[in-house]
Amino acid sequence: MDTIIVGLKRVVDYNVRVQVKSDGTGVETDGVKMSINPFDEVALEEALRIKESGQAKEVIAVSIGDSAAQQQLRTGLAMGADRAILVAADGETDPLTVARVFKALADKEGAGLVLLGKQAIDGDNNQIPQMLAALWDRPQATFASQIVIEGDTAKVIREVDAGLETIEVDLPAVISADLRLNEPRYVKLPDIMKAKKKPLDEINLADLGVDAAPAIKEVSYAPPEERKKGIAVDDVPALVAALKDKGLV
Amino acid sequence: MSKILIIAEHDGKTLNPSTAKCVACAAAIDSAEIDVAVFAANAAELAAEAAAIASVNRVLTVERAENEQSLSAILAPQIVALASDYSHVFGPSTTFGRDLMPRVAALLGVNQVSDIMSVAGSHSFKRPVYAGNAVVTVEAPADVKLVATVRVASWQAPAGGNSAGIESAAIDVELPGHTRFVELAAGDTGRPDLQTATRVVAAGRAIGSEENFDLVYKLADVLGAGVGASRAAVDAGYCPNDMQVGQTGKIIAPDLYIAVGISGAIQHLTGIKDAGTIVAINKDEEAPIFEVADIGLVGDLFAVLPELTEAL
Repeated sequence: MDTIIVGLKRVVDYNVRVQVKSDGTGVETDGVKMSINPFDEVALEEALRIKESGQAKEVIAVSIGDSAAQQQLRTGLAMGADRAILVAADGETDPLTVARVFKALADKEGAGLVLLGKQAIDGDNNQIPQMLAALWDRPQATFASQIVIEGDTAKVIREVDAGLETIEVDLPAVISADLRLNEPRYVKLPDIMKAKKKPLDEINLADLGVDAAPAIKEVSYAPPEERKKGIAVDDVPALVAALKDKGLV
Repeated sequence: MSKILIIAEHDGKTLNPSTAKCVACAAAIDSAEIDVAVFAANAAELAAEAAAIASVNRVLTVERAENEQSLSAILAPQIVALASDYSHVFGPSTTFGRDLMPRVAALLGVNQVSDIMSVAGSHSFKRPVYAGNAVVTVEAPADVKLVATVRVASWQAPAGGNSAGIESAAIDVELPGHTRFVELAAGDTGRPDLQTATRVVAAGRAIGSEENFDLVYKLADVLGAGVGASRAAVDAGYCPNDMQVGQTGKIIAPDLYIAVGISGAIQHLTGIKDAGTIVAINKDEEAPIFEVADIGLVGDLFAVLPELTEAL
């Protein structure tokens, strides 16, 4: 295959303990560390390994968002992506519209594979890869923990509730990455310098002929219900007594 | 009135309890008429199980050889054909439903509400975001179909004893051949299923090895408990992936959850916050797991586990 497209979403770093804004309009993002969605980083790493094994010629990193997402695309270029595309959008774009963007790009670039993270750790929707596969009328292999490209097909091991499922899909296809697929590489300083010279194009939804989908409105945010403060016990007999007291053993 | 179609999850032999949880969620919508669709190669026994769930109006069976495995690319076009009479289509937020429902939503041209925790109206729901660190109330447009997944840990299975009618539905749509099932490697542990167990014992990286995990299995067997693990323990190869509890693993709600040597990263805590009682055993008294634990014991798991197993 020639081209692999990878999506990189800019999200609140996974180590940040997010706080709901006091007016309930969202979560606090001012001054908060932002990173590439961890699942997307795994997807990019996998795309790079496929390219390095000689089974693809080019890896394109795509992000949808405001100009701040250039930072995540530059990191993706430093990891090894050949070029990047920023699709300009203000605020959060709904999953179906994002899937339409990837569909338009997959057609335009003639992608043989679109590799995405299985979910973004902010919205936790877990929708875009499956939606893209539907719109593109191509196979989906979600929650991948191993990908083997064999000519025009891919054999994918999927992490499912019952264990590990293996499926075979014809290419082009959409694959969504789970965390155990690989360990993403660290970016080295010379690569960051090189990445500055790689192409990063900016386009907008209209350039791709994409209409926004009917969105689901976010009415208000609230913190989750807190659990009541617990008790500390000193030893196993006290633990057993506490469990008996609650009628649990 | 809302007409809700629920896509049954099963392994070809029995219905997954997630199906009844979806019915519970649908029944929380005022004056809902609830049908359950069973896609299978042989649907009779599965349909009978679904027909017994309280609040179910009708069970529709779609029997095709291609439905022997639950492949989303195969199921989605059939669901879309069946969905024309319905205002809502629900599936469980298990790996089955998470894989399937967005494909259905996209074919219907709508966005999806993922992980319904509670119902505020026919098109208004609460769902967790940011690994459960925030809960957002969403409102879906009422003039298009509503596709959603149900966060199974948030719902109690309704009673049985119903006897809804069962009808077979003939769906004549062309199915793609581009996706093929190869195999499923499932570990049959003989222990209760994590997602439905009333008691769960789970261990983290501190357990140290696959062999040491026996200490956890022994305690679990005394309690009749399912066994879970943190992502760190799975990554380290101490146990299989299907035991992972958390944001990217299973979301569970047992009556009793015993966390052994689990520090309590937010990504893990989101998987257990609906547990009835959380017991934490950890040698680090500063471990964040103690902030959510109902009963905390600071101690060395290699001493505590055998002693606790003996005492119960």
